[in-house]
Amino acid sequence: MTDALLVVDGLTKRFGGFTALSDISLRIQPGERLGLIGPNGSGKSTFTNCISGTLPIDAGSVTLDGRRLDGLPSHQRTRLGLARSFQLPRPFGSLTVAENLRVPMLYAGRGGTDTEAELLEMVGLGGKAAQRPGDLTQVEMRKLELARAMAASPRLLVADEAMAGLSNSEVDEILALLLRLNDQGVTIVLIEHIMRAVMAFSQRLVCLVAGRKIADGDPQDVIRNDDVLKAYLGE
Amino acid sequence: MSNLRFWACGLLLVLVGWLLGRLVSNEYAFFAGYSVLQYILLATAWNILGGYAGYVNFGTAAFFALGAYVSVALNKLYAPPLPVLIVAGGVASGLIGLLMGSLTLKLRGVFFSIATLALAIVSQAVITNWEFVGGSSGAYVLRPRVGPLGGSYIEYLFYTMLVMAVAAVALARTVERSKLGFGLAAIRDDEAAAEASGVPTLKLKLLATVASGTLMGMAGAPLPFYVAYLDPPSAFNLAYAVNTIAMPLVGGTGTWIGPVLGAILLTVVQETAMVTISSAANLLIVGLLMVGFITLAPNGIVGMVRKLRGDRR
Amino acid sequence: MPDPSAVLNAVVAGVLLGGFYAAVALGIAIAFGMLDIPNLSHPAFVVMGAFATWVLNNTFGIDPVLAGLIMTGPFFILGVLLYRLYHTCFESRGEAPLQGLAFFFGILFITEVVLVLTAGADYRSVQADYIGVSVNLGSVTLPLRMVVPFVVSIGMLLALQQFLSRSFTGRAILAVSQDKLALQLMGVSPTRIKALAFGISIATAAVAGSLLIIIQPVEPSIGRDFIGRAFAAVVLGGMGSFWGMLIASIILGITESIVSDMWNPSWAPAIAFGFLLPTLAFRSGGLLGRKL
Repeated sequence: MTDALLVVDGLTKRFGGFTALSDISLRIQPGERLGLIGPNGSGKSTFTNCISGTLPIDAGSVTLDGRRLDGLPSHQRTRLGLARSFQLPRPFGSLTVAENLRVPMLYAGRGGTDTEAELLEMVGLGGKAAQRPGDLTQVEMRKLELARAMAASPRLLVADEAMAGLSNSEVDEILALLLRLNDQGVTIVLIEHIMRAVMAFSQRLVCLVAGRKIADGDPQDVIRNDDVLKAYLGE
Repeated sequence: MSNLRFWACGLLLVLVGWLLGRLVSNEYAFFAGYSVLQYILLATAWNILGGYAGYVNFGTAAFFALGAYVSVALNKLYAPPLPVLIVAGGVASGLIGLLMGSLTLKLRGVFFSIATLALAIVSQAVITNWEFVGGSSGAYVLRPRVGPLGGSYIEYLFYTMLVMAVAAVALARTVERSKLGFGLAAIRDDEAAAEASGVPTLKLKLLATVASGTLMGMAGAPLPFYVAYLDPPSAFNLAYAVNTIAMPLVGGTGTWIGPVLGAILLTVVQETAMVTISSAANLLIVGLLMVGFITLAPNGIVGMVRKLRGDRR
Repeated sequence: MPDPSAVLNAVVAGVLLGGFYAAVALGIAIAFGMLDIPNLSHPAFVVMGAFATWVLNNTFGIDPVLAGLIMTGPFFILGVLLYRLYHTCFESRGEAPLQGLAFFFGILFITEVVLVLTAGADYRSVQADYIGVSVNLGSVTLPLRMVVPFVVSIGMLLALQQFLSRSFTGRAILAVSQDKLALQLMGVSPTRIKALAFGISIATAAVAGSLLIIIQPVEPSIGRDFIGRAFAAVVLGGMGSFWGMLIASIILGITESIVSDMWNPSWAPAIAFGFLLPTLAFRSGGLLGRKL
């Protein structure tokens, strides 16, 4: 077994008396495509925020390639190679599309060789470099969000519901984009509700319910798991 | 504007200012010119934090008056030359910026703003109780008759302010186009996304606060010589805070030229109103212009011009 | 060793003063603490309320407290209109932080200058039977010009607390501060509720203004002295909490009163800052209450 890229061990997060994440442990191998599913409110976004450093954790640890991340601010985690995209795109509204990518390139560029133009070309925003994010369509905004995360040349990308609210063909576009990134060696955690996309993408599937990890394994097995079915379909 | 043209213009401005100074014999021109330049410097300083990073500083008067009072104190003790006083004023205000920033910049911007508002009040209380610099009864500062470069001392103050203002605008312009500028713009637009993009937000905000505070302190240092008599109510006058915020907002906050345009426009408007209407009315005009611009033209004059040209920026 | 009865008097005076501060801070607790609207201009509305009280008292001989209550109507409407403007121009555009703060700062400034231009920069005061009268309880002197504002302020606080927890509208206001979505599910427009709540917050300024002019003569720029105090009380009290804010106001009042009596009154305005800055830096949840 190779060394895991990301090791999450016993991660616990509480908000006041409410336990949002309870003792989550997870190992992700380099180059892996992991799907993370769970009903609304199961803690998926909290999980993203905890490993990316937006929220402090109450117990447990997060390790990236042997380096403990606990207590490090978000920007240092990004520089170490852990990038995330936001569920609702959060572009820098006063900067152009190209400048949106320049920010992570200037601050987190870890020796990646892609230029802004190449990155934009790859995500299909080639002709939009000089536009403002406000002029983009929904799907273009999602692409910009992913491109900005990629501009930090990450080793691990956590894509938080990158496809919510998109049409079928748009979902396919984003899916193809994520697969292409994975081909280039980026490990990807896909947090998603659209099962078709998750099943097409994931090599392995993890299911969170009410802040606990209830299943972890081959996607086909996980979706047949009784607990997972119960969580999704009710008793 | 290309780099070469910018620097050529800046240099030209200093030269023209100096030449005009040689030709003009009316002291009033220097007084008025100093006032415009002082506001260009203050507005530019404010804009480095407020316009670029989106953190509103209501405490301009505190940073500015601190510079002025450090100057009063040092002048009383050692009477060093003006440039030394300017450096000392800048350092003192920069340190206050560092202290304020490290205590409050971790919170949302609105708490920083409230803290700066309170800072203005507390520093006025401190100065009012500091007898060495005159306390509540104020301090008289002897203005030398002749400046070290020949000409009157007011003329010397005017040149000093001219150099500082041009240098500050140049600094702002450099910041705007640098890595730091992109980082600050990212913070202004979305702080969480900036962090996620690798921007060390706290560090950059602190840097901007210190730079902004330093420039404000430097702007205040020559003030005692300009006014010759300084007391807390005039040094901490609310007009400084209001003007310093109104000028960039009227001119346009995103770019270096905005505060310059705003400072020139608002000073001219106020000087005119002062003569033709009344001094209370001119502050009302500033307030109305500021509120009018932020509600109707949030990107200021620069934004309006760009819109006319069909550029969305 | 200071005279114990002097200390006791200073403490009692501080409690009464703090009760009045709570009246000023109440509107900010609603606007800033609950609705997240950084209304820096609130103290200017308090001063405006004081001047309205002065007009009603001087022209018609109306009791100052009653005058303040009468003015809550017009002030409520003013507040609703101001919120509408703020919402259209900033909140809905998503540009609230920088522009919104500057907007309220501008309103503060405009209000002040307009008062100077219309009513003059002189100090104004009101007449009422209880002003100038004191009650002695043992060695403690209770000036009624401080007691009346204290009682009215606490009364206003209790009434609003009841309104928020009992009425449907009140509970909707509490809901908007916590969860916008829940409110929409209830079929209530958050914008309408916020407008209402902001109207109420400005209405409290009318009462606070009448209390201010009972306590001391008022001139237009006096409002600024209360910005630091009122925001400190709200932040210290844990943002939305009325009781936290009241406790913080009273602590502030006592400290100021003791410092003024025992040391030097010119330090009094700085005390709020002395509380505010450490709270922001080290205990961002306030004395009791939630995280900023």
